[in-house]
Amino acid sequence: MQGLFTLCGLMAVGFVLLISVYLIISGLPAIREIGLGRFLFGKTWAAGQNQYGILPLILTSVYGTAGAVVIGVPIGFFTAVFLAKAAPKWLANVIRPAVSLLAGIPSVVYGLVGMCVLVPALRNWLNLPAGDSLLAAIIVLAIMILPNIISLSETALEAVPKEYEEASLALGATKLETYFRVSAPAAKSGIAAAVVLGIGRAIGEAMAIMMVAGNVANMPALTKSVRFLTTGISIELNYSQDGSLQRQALFSIGLVLFLFIMLINAFLNLVLKREKEG
Amino acid sequence: MRRKMYDIGARALLYGCSALTVGLLIFLIGYILIRGVGGISWSFLTTSESVLRGTIGIAPAIQNTLFVVVVSLLIALPLGVGAAIYLTEYARNKKLVAVIEFASEALAGIPSIIYALVGVILFCTALRLQKTLLAGSLTMVMMILPTIIRSTQESLKTVPQSYREGALGLGSGKWRMIRTVVLPSSVDGIVTGCILAVGRVVGESAVLMYTAGMSMAMQDFSPGQLARASGSTLTVALYHYAKENADFSVAFSIATILLILTVIINFSASFLGRKLKRS
Repeated sequence: MQGLFTLCGLMAVGFVLLISVYLIISGLPAIREIGLGRFLFGKTWAAGQNQYGILPLILTSVYGTAGAVVIGVPIGFFTAVFLAKAAPKWLANVIRPAVSLLAGIPSVVYGLVGMCVLVPALRNWLNLPAGDSLLAAIIVLAIMILPNIISLSETALEAVPKEYEEASLALGATKLETYFRVSAPAAKSGIAAAVVLGIGRAIGEAMAIMMVAGNVANMPALTKSVRFLTTGISIELNYSQDGSLQRQALFSIGLVLFLFIMLINAFLNLVLKREKEG
Repeated sequence: MRRKMYDIGARALLYGCSALTVGLLIFLIGYILIRGVGGISWSFLTTSESVLRGTIGIAPAIQNTLFVVVVSLLIALPLGVGAAIYLTEYARNKKLVAVIEFASEALAGIPSIIYALVGVILFCTALRLQKTLLAGSLTMVMMILPTIIRSTQESLKTVPQSYREGALGLGSGKWRMIRTVVLPSSVDGIVTGCILAVGRVVGESAVLMYTAGMSMAMQDFSPGQLARASGSTLTVALYHYAKENADFSVAFSIATILLILTVIINFSASFLGRKLKRS
């Protein structure tokens, strides 16, 4: 029996290897044909004209993720402090399932509401010709990473030893001063892990932003229609010919995205390890 | 005075942000229900789309979703539970455990569009499955494996060591001990893992859109044709109606159904989780 179970365990390792190997094998040919420099730093993506530069996609993913973090992290952090420290127990017990419900809602549902509420609203408020924009994607992403940030930060805040807070209160600090100047710094690596996980989720999201970002491969600007790394793949995957350079270039985008994610994962592991040791 | 201002400001931030989070959820639910509930009827749930009669039904999408859920669970459940048993009961090699756990974490962190790509080359093209529900289910197996491993592992860890010693002391072999003592007392965790995995399958769209097809027609699920069935699940159908047909009332009705499923899945998972913690 032991052999069988070992095999099951190795399956996860096998899957990771399989994914990595397949992505590298099918991602490299297009990069070789286009040239690494022209692929990564080319400013135009136009499959029709045989131009495959993904700089706009990379920048859009970076800006979009950064924007989502700038909006989502503070809101998530304050909500987590509220849940872990300030909220009366009954209220926390109401809010917590609400947060996990937010985490469970499928991304197409976020995309749908974004399409029907956010996009028209942005068009009207900002007087744009179309509301499909980087800004709309950032807002949707911020909402989508919110539950991850909240629940992980809350766990980190709850793990702070009571003595730290009691000492601070005994020294005359108010409760709120204690939360922000004692509890939060003590939980900082857990909160950092929450942020990194949020980044991972935001950079990997495809369907929701495909519905609100407009999907034109422009250089990113807040009110312009943009294409992310993820949507760069998804928008053309069903229409590209099998074996064509276009299809192969999509796999190359996948490889770039995969490298981004692996980098983020490695960073996350580093943060978590530090927390375990600290 | 400054401290008082700080207190007021900080309190306002805490309450404001929490209110915003909850408000968002309430708005989301309310908006979806208002626009979606009206379109749900018995025939909407039990028929397929008919151009002739001009009616819309999502029965195929429901069947396809069920198919993917069942097939991917059937494969991932034994694999995941087996892996968790290895990790908690058998493994002596610390390094191997670390490698497997790292791999499982990595699988959990890979975005679904990457799974879609791999599914397309591996299952649809290399294994010649084409765009079928089977190819989609196999891709989903890779995605839900870490969920099942993790929650099974957590519940195996809560089985008291004395249970194991008792069984071994009575002369049982290791496998018999696991089968008759350890697994039955960690059934809650395994079921929780399954529920979370179902949630992930039901909510997934990118993978299934590219590996399982987008047909909205009724599929033939007779045994001989099973491997050839191909079509959209609920999430893909939602995308299809919203983005390609711009038929938002159908999209919101599907969103309502997805929302109800999410609520059921979340509550049953957290209910079981709490039961697990107590025992």
